Amino acid sequence: MKEFKYTITDPEGIHARPAGLFVKAAAACGCKVTIEKDGKEVDAKRILGVMSLGVKQGETITLKTDGDGEDAAMDTLQKFLQENL
Amino acid sequence: MELQGKSVSQGIAIGRLVVYQKKDNVVKRERVEDTANEIKRFAAAREKAIEQLKGLYEKALKEVGEEGAMLFESHQLMVEDLDFIEGAENIINQEQVNAEYAVARTGDTLAEIFANMEGNEYMQARAADIKDVSNRIVSVLQGNDDSGLNASEPMILLADDLAPSETVQLDKSLVLSFVTRGGSSNSHTAILARTMNIPSLITVDFPEDVDGKMGIVDGFEGKLLVDPDEALIESYKKRQEKEAEKQRMLQELKGKETVTIDGKSIHLYANIGGVKDVADVLENDAEGVGLFRSEFLYLETDDFPTEEQQFKAYQTVAAGLAGKKVIIRTLDIGADKQVDYLNLGNEENPALGYRAIRICLDQVDIFKTQLRAILRASFYGTISIMFPMIISIDEVKKIKKILAEVKEELDEAGVPYKDVEIGIMVETPAAVLLSEELAKEVDFFSIGTNDLTQYTLAIDRQNAKLESINDPHHPAVLKAIQMTIENAHKGGAWCGICGELGADTTLTETFLRMGIDELSVSPSKILAVRDAVRKLDLSK
Repeated sequence: MKEFKYTITDPEGIHARPAGLFVKAAAACGCKVTIEKDGKEVDAKRILGVMSLGVKQGETITLKTDGDGEDAAMDTLQKFLQENL
Repeated sequence: MELQGKSVSQGIAIGRLVVYQKKDNVVKRERVEDTANEIKRFAAAREKAIEQLKGLYEKALKEVGEEGAMLFESHQLMVEDLDFIEGAENIINQEQVNAEYAVARTGDTLAEIFANMEGNEYMQARAADIKDVSNRIVSVLQGNDDSGLNASEPMILLADDLAPSETVQLDKSLVLSFVTRGGSSNSHTAILARTMNIPSLITVDFPEDVDGKMGIVDGFEGKLLVDPDEALIESYKKRQEKEAEKQRMLQELKGKETVTIDGKSIHLYANIGGVKDVADVLENDAEGVGLFRSEFLYLETDDFPTEEQQFKAYQTVAAGLAGKKVIIRTLDIGADKQVDYLNLGNEENPALGYRAIRICLDQVDIFKTQLRAILRASFYGTISIMFPMIISIDEVKKIKKILAEVKEELDEAGVPYKDVEIGIMVETPAAVLLSEELAKEVDFFSIGTNDLTQYTLAIDRQNAKLESINDPHHPAVLKAIQMTIENAHKGGAWCGICGELGADTTLTETFLRMGIDELSVSPSKILAVRDAVRKLDLSK
């Protein structure tokens, strides 16, 4: 399992637009992908779950990839977070 | 009738009011035996919904661009969301009920989760998206998927609230404005209105019977005027035209440099009188604040404003301008601006009286409090300080000494501040005549043309009888300005104008030829002046 902590810099937080793009990117990964905030962990392939975390600017999330291709998935998604959020 | 609401998009709209009637999907709970068939119907409805959403995406892409269209992509993801699908399927299977009911209830439950996200207004507004998505699927399941509104003439659209899918299906060329009873500034209707650049109001509690009447939406004041008379319509039409002109200039000139055809550029700053003006400064694309009148801090209170109150105001403006220059003018009270707690008393001749820097150099405590507040705020942006009503070198030397004392106190207390440029207002003939010497003492001049005109021409600017001869284009005034600019440059200072004359576009060319470095005008004049500068060619 791979883990990556990231603090959101986008002033609007994880709002619908990037959440949608992120979920799409996560769905394309073969392995399990989750996001955790303050002990609440959700499936990153489900947009309602991701949005329901209500992540705001300055808050830290933990991205986890687990299973086949977890390295490549982590690479892609980590980059996505840094570039878009 | 005048109805008050909250504006979420500025502008003026005049037209027929149309109240949108939402078609509610009535969903009945029905027991079913063949749950597998309901699951199949649900899957087919999702597929159809996705198809519709793809169509809406394409339509929105053309009409409002990618930003607005993305919404329908996130709706597609919601339709495909496993929480949503599993939720509805579980209800169908466990309760042996119809798909319509299962979808509606799942939609409500999920929407509730978002609606309850305290402190996250944006996510709360997303509850409407989820409802919209579940309504769409229910509509497909029920076999009715036509939209609710047919219009043939431009209209002001009134509704309880509008779902994104409803707004995108509208013929946008016919919508002059959106007015809703509910909504929030983050709702899609509000975002759409801003994208379309049309006015929009929320929280307007309108009665149903306004349907079909004439109306005006004032997106500046957040008002809906029903059945306005001709005179009111006329005055709003004029305002509308002015706005359109401003918008045209904004589109053309926002983000552009203030530079002449032959490449001479000047700084174009804004004059402001309080913290609330910052939005105007940014909206009109000023390059900084050339005159921040600090008087409001003194005029709005019953006692001296504390250092903390002042610091907060200066800091807010400096931070709001995000590094752009902010020139704060120290207390300029007296003459026509009086405050009780200063006990200035009545003067025979207040324009020539105990005012501005004269008070500050006499009551040094007041002055020091202000300077300390300004220096502390300087840490949060790019601040310059400017002193009004200067008539002598000696005054400037005294000011600099006091400023040095304040800095020393701050150093001792370990309070951070940045280096600030200091400048003076040139608004007395004395300052003009001494401008060469004064320029060596300061970093910049800002010419206050209102007072300079008054003192140069010996015309009381408050005296209505003298109005006809009170000519700010008087050759003596223009000569004084020219002399000031030339001497500023000789002494190594830059020179600007912050009086009303700075915004007089018939003089823009004259000022540029004189070598002016900066013009500071009210925010609403910024673009007009930039326009004038950009049309000039000084090589001709």
